[in-house]
Amino acid sequence: MTATVWASPLVKGFGADPWWLVLGKALFIFVFLVVMTLFTIWWERRVVARMQNRIGPNRVGPAGLLQSLADGIKLALKEDIIPKAADKVVFVLAPIISTIPAFMAFAVVPLGPRVSIAGHPTNLQVTDLPVAVLYILAVASVGIYGIVLAGWSSGSTYPLLGGLRSTAQLISYEVAMGLSFVGVFLYAGSMSTSQIVAGQANLWYCLLLAPSFVIYTISMVGETNRAPFDLPEAEGELVGGFHTEYSSLKFALFFLAEYVNMVTVSALATTLFLGGWRAPWPISLWSGANHDWWPMLWFLVKLMLFIFVFIWLRGTLPRLRYDQFMRFGWKVLIPVALGWLLLVATARALNNEYSVNRRDILIWGGGAVLVVLLLSFVWDAVASRRAANDADDAEAEFDPMAGGHPVPPLPGQNVPALVGGMTTDHVHDPSRTEDDQ
Amino acid sequence: MSVVEVLFVLLGIVAVGSALLVVTTNQLVHAALWLVVCLGSVAGCYLLLSAEFVAWVQVLIYVGAVVVLLLFGLMLTRAPIGASTDLDAGLGQRAVAALTAGGLAGIVITALVDAFSGERIDLGGDVSTGSSASAGSALFRGWVLPFEVLSLLLLAALVGAIVLSRRDVGVEPEAADGGPT
Repeated sequence: MTATVWASPLVKGFGADPWWLVLGKALFIFVFLVVMTLFTIWWERRVVARMQNRIGPNRVGPAGLLQSLADGIKLALKEDIIPKAADKVVFVLAPIISTIPAFMAFAVVPLGPRVSIAGHPTNLQVTDLPVAVLYILAVASVGIYGIVLAGWSSGSTYPLLGGLRSTAQLISYEVAMGLSFVGVFLYAGSMSTSQIVAGQANLWYCLLLAPSFVIYTISMVGETNRAPFDLPEAEGELVGGFHTEYSSLKFALFFLAEYVNMVTVSALATTLFLGGWRAPWPISLWSGANHDWWPMLWFLVKLMLFIFVFIWLRGTLPRLRYDQFMRFGWKVLIPVALGWLLLVATARALNNEYSVNRRDILIWGGGAVLVVLLLSFVWDAVASRRAANDADDAEAEFDPMAGGHPVPPLPGQNVPALVGGMTTDHVHDPSRTEDDQ
Repeated sequence: MSVVEVLFVLLGIVAVGSALLVVTTNQLVHAALWLVVCLGSVAGCYLLLSAEFVAWVQVLIYVGAVVVLLLFGLMLTRAPIGASTDLDAGLGQRAVAALTAGGLAGIVITALVDAFSGERIDLGGDVSTGSSASAGSALFRGWVLPFEVLSLLLLAALVGAIVLSRRDVGVEPEAADGGPT
């Protein structure tokens, strides 16, 4: 199977379309992504409004559906400002660099199986490469330049800080993201998106490789700079982050890039872990579910599910602090991804070289993991008892004016009981009114 | 000349031109951006030779990570907008640098021409030479020792960077109190 794939620069079955069909597919992808952006913005505002017991936009068009279009036109008509201190060329180039890769990545996402368009049998996918997922990662990493350059070229402090934060965030979470893909590659035997979808005919990888799926889902939120990982745009700290100095259509391009990226990572999650365009279980019993144009519907439903999760997260979770976020990425996500990858690779090697079947691997692997877990629990219990003993001896005294500044009590410091005189003074202070308390 | 050859020559010109701009431009961040153009066109050359795995890895690692980190480092320390003339080297330094670069280029070109001048890659037929499978088996069978030595070197560089950046390691407790924590 894999030998035929690697023999040609394109995956088998691709590269035979007439030029107008390729052009049509590319145009479709472009229109699809723009429409999805407009729809997602409206949907996000409506869902978040519902979660906050509000109504949300409902004036422009039926149920407010045309709100994003109106906002887009408004943005386009606004004054375009380029700061005096900016590096003009890079300042103009940055939103373009940010937007184009966002669209390019979608070219290898399979929307459906082989169908017939005007008598030509063709795949519902612009193209496919043997290294398609690598291509998506590479193109996404080029998109980072848009952010880092926007921050730098504005010639202003807050955008520079926001740009630095974004870049650090994207680079860190790209590592975990790439590691979560490797498990999929090992099981699919290919990096081509259509081959990966074909490999999930029996079992979706979100079940087989559940930890990879979880790691990818977390890192995709980090990759798209969305809440709770939207630190680059933390309004309280950084004004607007890297796009503070941008206005009009240039700002709109950043907005577009963010939402297109959201759609792309959701589509990638669908393709790699949720069986791509394959019908979910009860529907898949129907023999026609994975033929003709139906799969596009299943794909869209799964895509929308992920986008809803994005909106849900934004509506419910508070933003992480920057150091917490970085610690989580480097000290939790990447080591867990590496450890899981080791397990997957071992299981694959046992399966390939010694033909040990999956159930044996599961039983022995699960047993080993259980033993390690038990040992770690025992270790934790012993360690915490010892720590508690140590802590009893070392309760430090709390100095409210340490270093000449008023400071809050730190962990492990004894807070003395409030002096009675202080509280009574406060209550009976004649200069205070009832409202002040 | 075929289309592939014309494109290859054009990409080569872009790569060499942008590489020259990296060392001649006096705007610090622009130099890094020209490096992106240079590495990107090298990736294009790989793509034309049907080594698409190597090409996309080149984009992912060099364009997407190494130069971004370079820019990151620049911006954390200093990244002025506009020309930074204080970084210009004197005439003597320039001459030595040009001589070294020219000598290195000469050695590399001689070695490559000597090793691969008669080699032909048939791009029309079987192009599996550039696939991830062939790259992987070449790397982990024939070249596994250089690969491991190289990763050891990178590890040493990583540890060295951590040791250099952590001032509190290896300092007496009394001295560490005065320094930044």
